[in-house]
Amino acid sequence: MTDYVHYTTGEPVLDTKAPSGPIHERWDKRRFEARLVNPANRRKHTVIVVGTGLAGGSAGATLAEQGYHVVQFCYQDSPRRAHSIAAQGGINAAKNYRNDGDSIHRLFYDTVKGGDFRARESNVHRLAQISVEIIDQCVAQGVPFAREYGGLLDTRSFGGVQVSRTFYARGQTGQQLLLGAYQALSRQIAAGNVEMHPRTEMLDLVVVDGRARGIVARDLVTGRIDTYFADAVVLASGGYGNVFYLSTNAMNSNATAVWRAHRRGAYFANPCFTQIHPTCIPRTGDHQSKLTLMSESLRNDGRIWVPKAHGDTRAPNRIPEDERDYYLERIYPSFGNLVPRDIASRAAKNVCDEGRGVGPGGQGVYLDFADAIGRMGRQAVEAKYGNLFDMYQRITDEDPYEVPMRIYPAVHYTMGGLWVDYDLQTTVPGLFAIGEANFSDHGANRLGASALMQGLADGYFVLPATINDYLARNPHQEPVTAEHPVVQEVLAETGDRVNLLLSVGGDRTPDSFHRELGELMWEFCGMARTDAGLRKALERIPQIREEFWRRIKVPGTGEEFNQSLEKANRIVDYLELAELMCLDALHRAESCGGHFREESQTPDGEAARRDDEFGYAAAWEFTGTGTAPTLHREDLVFEYVHPTQRSYA
Amino acid sequence: MKLTLRVWRQRNADAPGAMSTYDVDGISSDMSFLEMLDVLNEQLILSGEDPVAFDHDCREGICGACSLVINGDAHGPERTTTCQLHMRSFRDGDTIDIEPWRAAAFPVIKDLVVDRSAFDRIIQAGGYVTAPTGSAPEAHATPVPKADADFAFEHAECIGCGACVAACPNGAAMLFTSAKVNHLNVLPQGAPERETRVLDMVAQMDAEGFGGCTLTGECATACPKGIPLVSITGMNKEWLRAARRVAKR
Repeated sequence: MTDYVHYTTGEPVLDTKAPSGPIHERWDKRRFEARLVNPANRRKHTVIVVGTGLAGGSAGATLAEQGYHVVQFCYQDSPRRAHSIAAQGGINAAKNYRNDGDSIHRLFYDTVKGGDFRARESNVHRLAQISVEIIDQCVAQGVPFAREYGGLLDTRSFGGVQVSRTFYARGQTGQQLLLGAYQALSRQIAAGNVEMHPRTEMLDLVVVDGRARGIVARDLVTGRIDTYFADAVVLASGGYGNVFYLSTNAMNSNATAVWRAHRRGAYFANPCFTQIHPTCIPRTGDHQSKLTLMSESLRNDGRIWVPKAHGDTRAPNRIPEDERDYYLERIYPSFGNLVPRDIASRAAKNVCDEGRGVGPGGQGVYLDFADAIGRMGRQAVEAKYGNLFDMYQRITDEDPYEVPMRIYPAVHYTMGGLWVDYDLQTTVPGLFAIGEANFSDHGANRLGASALMQGLADGYFVLPATINDYLARNPHQEPVTAEHPVVQEVLAETGDRVNLLLSVGGDRTPDSFHRELGELMWEFCGMARTDAGLRKALERIPQIREEFWRRIKVPGTGEEFNQSLEKANRIVDYLELAELMCLDALHRAESCGGHFREESQTPDGEAARRDDEFGYAAAWEFTGTGTAPTLHREDLVFEYVHPTQRSYA
Repeated sequence: MKLTLRVWRQRNADAPGAMSTYDVDGISSDMSFLEMLDVLNEQLILSGEDPVAFDHDCREGICGACSLVINGDAHGPERTTTCQLHMRSFRDGDTIDIEPWRAAAFPVIKDLVVDRSAFDRIIQAGGYVTAPTGSAPEAHATPVPKADADFAFEHAECIGCGACVAACPNGAAMLFTSAKVNHLNVLPQGAPERETRVLDMVAQMDAEGFGGCTLTGECATACPKGIPLVSITGMNKEWLRAARRVAKR
């Protein structure tokens, strides 16, 4: 067995920034206690923002509005293309416009419970408070949310809640919110307050005298590797779901920025908390390059079922009503088809494992709109979900108005990420992580329509307030230049890594390694995990890594547009991150949210938490490639929402 | 199925380009067009050749990164993005021509990858509402008639892929620009900057070297999001209104 599993335990990690006192006063208190930077002094400070999704785009725009000099990066050709754009369903906010009993406290409660009691209460409460401001901000920017005939905003329901608090723009909410942030950012670019570097990828972090002072990045067009310096660095580079190769992430979404930051001292928290989304289009073959999500909003009106009989191969419309098992409605009568994602995914896996799955390979369940079409009429269904139905038809060549959709769970989101305190600062002073890149708000399972909320809360409201405090306390940092020995060292390491990738000249493509790693992770660190399986994966990953460096083939040179080199370089980091994910999953010998350990389940097969042993966030410290990391626990305290066995029955 | 691909290869912006021919085999009709190109690239890497560079990211038709002219059509034969085009739209034995967007304002970076930063600069010229964070009134303070909200949304759907420019015989960016002008100008939140927005965006569009519009309508036919041709008429109306009002001041 590899030595990697013998991790050591270090000092607990403390969130020193979270104020005490009544929870609804904490954010106000923190904002008041945080120091400010005089407007005239702000332009003397440079802040680097990596990523232009909802978190990065909104942060860059807001920091620039405040007067900071922002230097921003994205690997895409335009900041408008960040993968937040693909979010379909909506954004939660405790507006209570429906008068259906919603409140900030209820959104807070639902999110802590939905996250299976593995998130920090203070952060979640702040998120719920800010949610209402986000909607105001986005409307002011001209985001065209869906409206009712009276001209007011429409809402719908998402999983894990019993109110209607999800604001949406047809099936393209992420696109519309992102374009709002992108437009705000564009205004600042035009004003000269943001220096935008598209097609530029962060490859490493520069830490000088214990503080984050810049990044190393590669211009993806010319291949030039350069350094950029600042007084603080903000990572908004998204999640790491692409470790699994097949996921709903964009093809180029990657973990390099967060992983390199981790290697430079930022703790990585709860890496095993990955979200498997229940409603994705099943894969069709080995050529599959990505999986496509069908929005959770479809579960408002679609009914999920499989045949009652094993191996029933009849066409769905030939299976009579009494031979169908609407298993979510049966097992969870009060939430029905709108149970949280982790529960819906696991239930789908269970019925497929029983041999009742449908479609090729039995890896699918039906999502049926026949009842909804009968009740509301085809036109109403089309108005609500038209673009999703079109997308489904394009991909599968089946008409979901006539035949039920086939869906299956797929990797979608990562709740884990860089450990941050209440100020969203990592364990490296001056390094902040926002949006999906951090671990902070969703615990072990994220509720639908909460990612957009968190990304925008972090970028528009939280970070712009908290980063002031850091900059005010560190007003005169020594300027760093490219000649600094630390910078030279980081630059040389990056150059060496790129050159090594180009020089191996082996016989396997980057994609072949990525697929191999992804399949291994899906099998052993996917929807259900076991001690034995995780140990097997931990045995295998170093072997793949060794083979990678022996057999990788990257064509071309480093001084040009080279997409194979980009891929290979990202896989280097996946091969290390995957190992930490498996170790985290192995050490957490309980089930919670999206992390399901087969050894830890209730008699009826639900996730059984073990709060006494695992009621903490696991923050890992890097000690070297393939060397056992150090675990730092952050104990989670629940003062307002008492942890119980989650029940959606 | 088995296909012959004729692909535009160009080492960099300054190098001359040419079509190269490749054969691919074992293509399934369930593959997306880009997955078919993945197969080609895996083949090329293993045979020691440079893989074909192309822009792509979300592969679900929303990010707007993918941008291929397939058999002369922007995004190919179906009305969708290249990433959502599936091989069932082709037949065994077909020869397929694959080229980058062709427009003076979209210079080629490599092979099928072009530089579309001109679009970003058009947005920077005025494609926003000036609403600094924290300054927003309560969302329900200003009701927006549903018809206006829907109209705004239909134009806001633009993904900025550039197919409209690639399809236009003049290389014009009118549909892209008009989509944003219409989205923001119809909303009460966009009203205060209604005039400067359209004037500045159109001026930037011209400065970027896009061609003039002769209303041939190829743009709207190629648009994967179905932005309608009347969008351009709407922008022209906005522009005339703004020009007249500004002249009066």
